[in-house]
Amino acid sequence: MTGEIAPKPPLRRYHAARWDEPLLFELSQPGQRGILPPALEPGLAADAADELPAALRRERPAALPELAQNAVLRHYLRLSQENLGADLNIDIGQGTCTMKYSPKVNDRLVAGHKLAALHPRQDDETAQGVLEILWRLERMLAEISGMDRVSLQPGAGSAAIWTNVAMIRAYHESRGEGHRDQVITTIFSHPSNAACAKTAGYEVITLYPDADGYPDLDALKAAVSDRTAALLITNPEDTGIFNPRIAEFVEAVHAVGGLACYDQANANGVLGITRARDAGFDLCHFNLHKTFSTPHACGGPAAGACGVSAELVPFLPRPTVEFDGERYFLDDDRPESVGKVRPFTGVAPNLVRAYSWIASLGAEGLREVAEIAVLNNNYLMTQMLKIRGISAPYAKGRRRIEQVRYSWEELAEETGVHSEDLGHRAADYGVHYWTSHHPYVVPEPATLEPTESYSKRDLDEYVAIMNAVAEEAYADPETVRTAPHRSSVHLNKEETLDDAGAWAVTWRAYRRKNAER
Amino acid sequence: MEHPYIPNAVPEVKASMLAATGAADIEEFYADIPESLRLRRPLDLPPPLRGEAELVRHVGGLLDRNTSTRDALSFLGGGCYAHHVPAVCDEVNSRSEFLTAYAGEPYEDHGRFQALWEYQSLMGELLEMDVVNVPVYDGFQATATALRMAARITGRGRVALATPIDPDLRSKLDDYLKGAVTLGGPVDGDDLAAVYIGYPTFLGVVDPRIPSHVEAAHAAGGLAVVGCDPIGLGVLAPPSSFGADIVCGDIQSLGMHPQYGGGHAGFIATRDEERFVEEFPSRLFGLVPTTVDGEYGFGDVAYERTSFARREQGKEWVGTAAALWGITAGVYLALMGPTGMRELGEGLMARCRHLKDLLAGIDGIEIPDAGLPHLKEFVVTFTGRTVAEVNAALRERGIFGGHDLSEDFPHLGRSALYCVTELHTKADLDRLAAELKEVLA
Ligand SMILES: Cc1ncc(COP(=O)(O)O)c(C=O)c1O
Repeated sequence: MTGEIAPKPPLRRYHAARWDEPLLFELSQPGQRGILPPALEPGLAADAADELPAALRRERPAALPELAQNAVLRHYLRLSQENLGADLNIDIGQGTCTMKYSPKVNDRLVAGHKLAALHPRQDDETAQGVLEILWRLERMLAEISGMDRVSLQPGAGSAAIWTNVAMIRAYHESRGEGHRDQVITTIFSHPSNAACAKTAGYEVITLYPDADGYPDLDALKAAVSDRTAALLITNPEDTGIFNPRIAEFVEAVHAVGGLACYDQANANGVLGITRARDAGFDLCHFNLHKTFSTPHACGGPAAGACGVSAELVPFLPRPTVEFDGERYFLDDDRPESVGKVRPFTGVAPNLVRAYSWIASLGAEGLREVAEIAVLNNNYLMTQMLKIRGISAPYAKGRRRIEQVRYSWEELAEETGVHSEDLGHRAADYGVHYWTSHHPYVVPEPATLEPTESYSKRDLDEYVAIMNAVAEEAYADPETVRTAPHRSSVHLNKEETLDDAGAWAVTWRAYRRKNAER
Repeated sequence: MEHPYIPNAVPEVKASMLAATGAADIEEFYADIPESLRLRRPLDLPPPLRGEAELVRHVGGLLDRNTSTRDALSFLGGGCYAHHVPAVCDEVNSRSEFLTAYAGEPYEDHGRFQALWEYQSLMGELLEMDVVNVPVYDGFQATATALRMAARITGRGRVALATPIDPDLRSKLDDYLKGAVTLGGPVDGDDLAAVYIGYPTFLGVVDPRIPSHVEAAHAAGGLAVVGCDPIGLGVLAPPSSFGADIVCGDIQSLGMHPQYGGGHAGFIATRDEERFVEEFPSRLFGLVPTTVDGEYGFGDVAYERTSFARREQGKEWVGTAAALWGITAGVYLALMGPTGMRELGEGLMARCRHLKDLLAGIDGIEIPDAGLPHLKEFVVTFTGRTVAEVNAALRERGIFGGHDLSEDFPHLGRSALYCVTELHTKADLDRLAAELKEVLA
């Protein structure tokens, strides 16, 4: 007999937590309490609510579930186990979204009452610490982008794009050029660029890529005119290919009096390498929840930062954070400002996290982040392209910056298995995978972005998983098409999601629509 | 540069990876960036604090300069509230699985879909409405979008404001609605898309005329959009009961710390009618069967509405917003239950009543709306001293007085908005009254 343990198989034998958890409402036991509000002390009028006119007084209690405290906790902890956070997986499958490591120490720093219990309407004198951090963070981001000033107010990346569009609109109006009614963007820029411009009243012109995958410069030159308000563009775009003629794009827009706005949501591959202002951009934005490490939180709270050149400073959201050499203060007296884009001064805890992240790396560290993110990406591409059925369209044989948009077109043609199916199967191996934004200009797309956070070993494991899934698509397509098999749940039957008679956005709607069954 | 956040910075690893790519050096990957765009100097940033202990000392030291609402006795509100945050809320939202996940796909992130769908459902019960969205950024965004939705649904372009609103919200609306909706005018006319009603109003009043504004809007063929802080709905009637068509607001009160403005998230709720649902820009999760009996699956309802699906053809836009606060508000409502919400509401009104009575008895103070019901906030007018003077004196005594309304609401004179929460004890309220008496003497 020997106590020797056999080596592990090449792929992890993962299985997601499967609690088969009921809905909260089904766990309700009338009379149970999860928490008690502070008692009413003697001398406080227990019947103060009787002042309410009858029409404004709640008649029947809300039909909320009634649960003991540990029942609530257990329910949510089970749900958390059925969720795959970046801390638990090799989270490189959500390309363009920069799922990097969010340092735990930064979460701790913002959890204390010195920030958590700080009220945004406090007198500036009592908030000098946080104001100093905001002021310093603005300076750092100005240096990283080359811009003159930076607003930290927007709640996320799309809100920052909106804010930039709002400033563009205000700028042109201030110059009596409100007639400019077109915004130009590219199909490989994030959909929010087009959508925010449209919301602001602009006609949207979308440029498609040329044969090399670059946005078409000739198409831009044909599109610009005295109706052009701005170009909203990303570089590298979702393909990960850096557009070397970007300064010419900017010039073409400037030549007709338009502004150039750089979506730098994801600047991970170019930190300290190249700057928005140096390519002539008038505005840019960063997603602090990508490049600057704040956690994605299942889809926010996040934070966006808008950088602008001097001509656009008057239009920044108010208030700005100022320093008079002795004290920090909020300046609300900005008559040309676009005003408020969100309450108060931004998502402060994420601003503190981003500040802490930059402070822990410094200039040399940021550059290392960029270089390793790019090395990781090119290494990953080399390995991914060895997998059967995958390709990296455009710019054949060229390097990429921080991400790659791949195509499984060949695999789909040969096996009938789609990119989305591969993602479902990848879940069985404990990794996250996403196709890409619509429309699928690249057929059967997948976008991978390894960031600087993952080790070579991690990248090799991800490639091995994708290789296994692709091989399986050839050998046993049915298993892939019916995946997931080892996840928390099985394939959805989604038909009712687009049927107004049957969709169920709440438990009460579900019960109403299914009452007769 | 080896750093705990950059595993592959180890020179041997770097070299082996470079070799695998066939590149001579990392510069090769940047070959497409023209020399004229390259930054050929180090960024001008402060030297790094690479050790965790140094970082904590520095950032923690800066934050320690703040005086928090835990250090002082605070009566600040006006859109951000220091209610009690149950420990279970913090426990759940600091779980790695939720805190660090992306917006997710239904299979590997089943948990967040169920938690957010349950949030929608819990809010649905509180509001007695069948459709509630995955949260947007904050109450300002929720309001701005609700008003645009009303305009799209009715095909009309004007929203009347029936109650005083936060000047900061007004600022947001002015820019966000530009070109799509105009604000102001009577609750009447065939151009009326909607009336907007604060419930309570920004000045804290639960205005008995609210149902009549709703009726007037309906009579003119418009909608009623009601903005509310859901924390009061254990005692206040749900707006749907008096005919609200769209309800919106901020959920910060439901389990989020103030965080210097970082705890906001917005909700929008409507009836379950296609003409309403199709106008939401936000994600709406729906419950569906899976291939296994008895299993709950979740997906996006009417996804084609969104800018994710159709770029500028979608409604406004959608992106990363405030999902974790939605999950947290769900935890909060699950803990509170129907009885907790009722007791909390009664407790707020009782404390509010007590403070109003105390302050009304002080020389130099008037409570303009003393006769009207208030949930947790009310206006205090100083007949002698300015709010700035009063607040400076209170600050010296460890109290944050109500926020100054004098500039934004000049017709109210020297006024401030005072806010109580369930965390104020009777002794806290008595102390404020005693200090104010001295300050004003
Ligand atoms: C290039 C780019 N721009 C904008 C955004 C939008 O950011 P957010 O999701 O924070 O709204 C993203 C995020 O997916 C992005 O990748």
